[in-house]
Amino acid sequence: MSHAETMIPPQPAPPGIARPFTAQRLIGNIALGVWLAATVGLFLLMVDGWDPEKFAKYGPSFISGLGVTLGLVGASITLGALLSLPIAFARMSKNKILGWAAYAYVYFFRGTPLIAQLFLVYYGLGSFRPQMEAIGLWWFFREAWNCALLAFTLNTAAYQAEILRGAIQSVPRGQTEGAAALGLPPRIAFFKVILPQALIVALRPYGNEIILMIKGSAIVAIVTVFDLMGETRRAFSRTFDYQMYVWAAILYLIMVEILRNLWAWLEDRITRHLKR
Amino acid sequence: MSGLFAALSSAVAWLASVIDPLCGPIGIFRLFGSGTLLACDNAGWGDEISYGFMITATLAIATLPVGLVFGFFIALAKQSEEKSLRLASNIYTTIFRGLPELLTLFIVYYGLQILVQQFLASLGYEGPVEINAFVAGMIALGVVFSAYCSEVLLSAFKAIPRGQYEAGDALGFHRGKTMRLIILPQLVRIALPGLGNLWMALLKDTALVSVIGLPDILRQTGVAARVSKQAFEFFAVACLLFLILAMLSSIVFSALERWTKRSEVAR
Repeated sequence: MSHAETMIPPQPAPPGIARPFTAQRLIGNIALGVWLAATVGLFLLMVDGWDPEKFAKYGPSFISGLGVTLGLVGASITLGALLSLPIAFARMSKNKILGWAAYAYVYFFRGTPLIAQLFLVYYGLGSFRPQMEAIGLWWFFREAWNCALLAFTLNTAAYQAEILRGAIQSVPRGQTEGAAALGLPPRIAFFKVILPQALIVALRPYGNEIILMIKGSAIVAIVTVFDLMGETRRAFSRTFDYQMYVWAAILYLIMVEILRNLWAWLEDRITRHLKR
Repeated sequence: MSGLFAALSSAVAWLASVIDPLCGPIGIFRLFGSGTLLACDNAGWGDEISYGFMITATLAIATLPVGLVFGFFIALAKQSEEKSLRLASNIYTTIFRGLPELLTLFIVYYGLQILVQQFLASLGYEGPVEINAFVAGMIALGVVFSAYCSEVLLSAFKAIPRGQYEAGDALGFHRGKTMRLIILPQLVRIALPGLGNLWMALLKDTALVSVIGLPDILRQTGVAARVSKQAFEFFAVACLLFLILAMLSSIVFSALERWTKRSEVAR
């Protein structure tokens, strides 16, 4: 029978395991170095080419361009959401013709580039000027902004209809049946039981759609709308200063990152009852 | 050597003219478009649009492997144990998924021009430098594609259980062989729907390259629309051509999907 007479004196902590210098680490460090060099290079480019006069001249126009971009995206997303409701229901309806028509609409707007749709509306419909004037619609199609709004709304409605349809169909049948068993009329069952569950599923795709719209809206610069991209192009064509594009890139990145983080927060918030 | 290249390029041109679906011997425009604005001769715009169709398809097909390979390595970097590698690749995807494709295109196009100009100036060449729009478009679209592709592949990698790698170890495979024989076949199967969506997005993004002057579908129809003053008809043709490309690729992708899942069907 033996027992310890004395306590073991305190030992120093074991030495940390030396991280070997692997090939991965080398590549990682090189890649980070490249990013660092690029950042420093861009920063130097900006400091080097800094011109208070240019900033005073083009700064406000960048801000107004940002406003145009946000306004256009906000308006087209909202109108598109309204338009997507009937399309999504038509797509889910049992009526063959209605379903087929909605499918054709969605297929066309998802299968062709947004820029081609914009050209179709702006240049294509614009070539019917006499007919437009006859029916009193020319004031609308005369403005490039309106044409962009129309094209974007039609485009995003197709995408949003698919998001909505997917989300509604992802709610299990049992939920509808449960609501029916409780004696809820179909309308109330839809708005109080199905839709809230569907919107949770739809939230992330909706966020992606808004981000896609913000990025896609840059093409309106080609049809003479002075959004952020349009102002950038104008400033670049006058100054031939490359940093204009860098500024635009920073502004776009900030917009997208804010939205992305907002959406992550929102999703966290509305799914808090699902977390254990 | 130059004779060989000339022979090769003329052979390729001949092949392209034969299989041309629009203005070839059995092309749509050739059969149905003669006498209209889409005729394949000097009177119509069929041949120009058919050339644009080829350019669009070529650009998308040429960008795809570059983007896929690059995206694959970025996905590998993202799940590496090395912090700096993960950070660097996350910066890459954040930037190129956040920027509008059009802006990326301009940044690449003008940025390359400035870089090449400065490089040549340091060598003593002072002259105008023009970057090939096809190359600039390929780089810009490839970069954007690889950023999205790495996300799709990363989630596919995460869907493959650890046991699969361990099985590879147990069989005595080295890492490359495990990747090639065990992981990649499953990865392709899981990632294919996502990659199909990315391919569709790539196809549509090629239309943006018309802005920097590449004679693709949209540019050619735009020129035709401006000259003939029939904008609606020509842009409708452009949309239809993109729809045809989209339909063809969805057929190819569903066939691919069936092919990758052939082992599951047999069971």
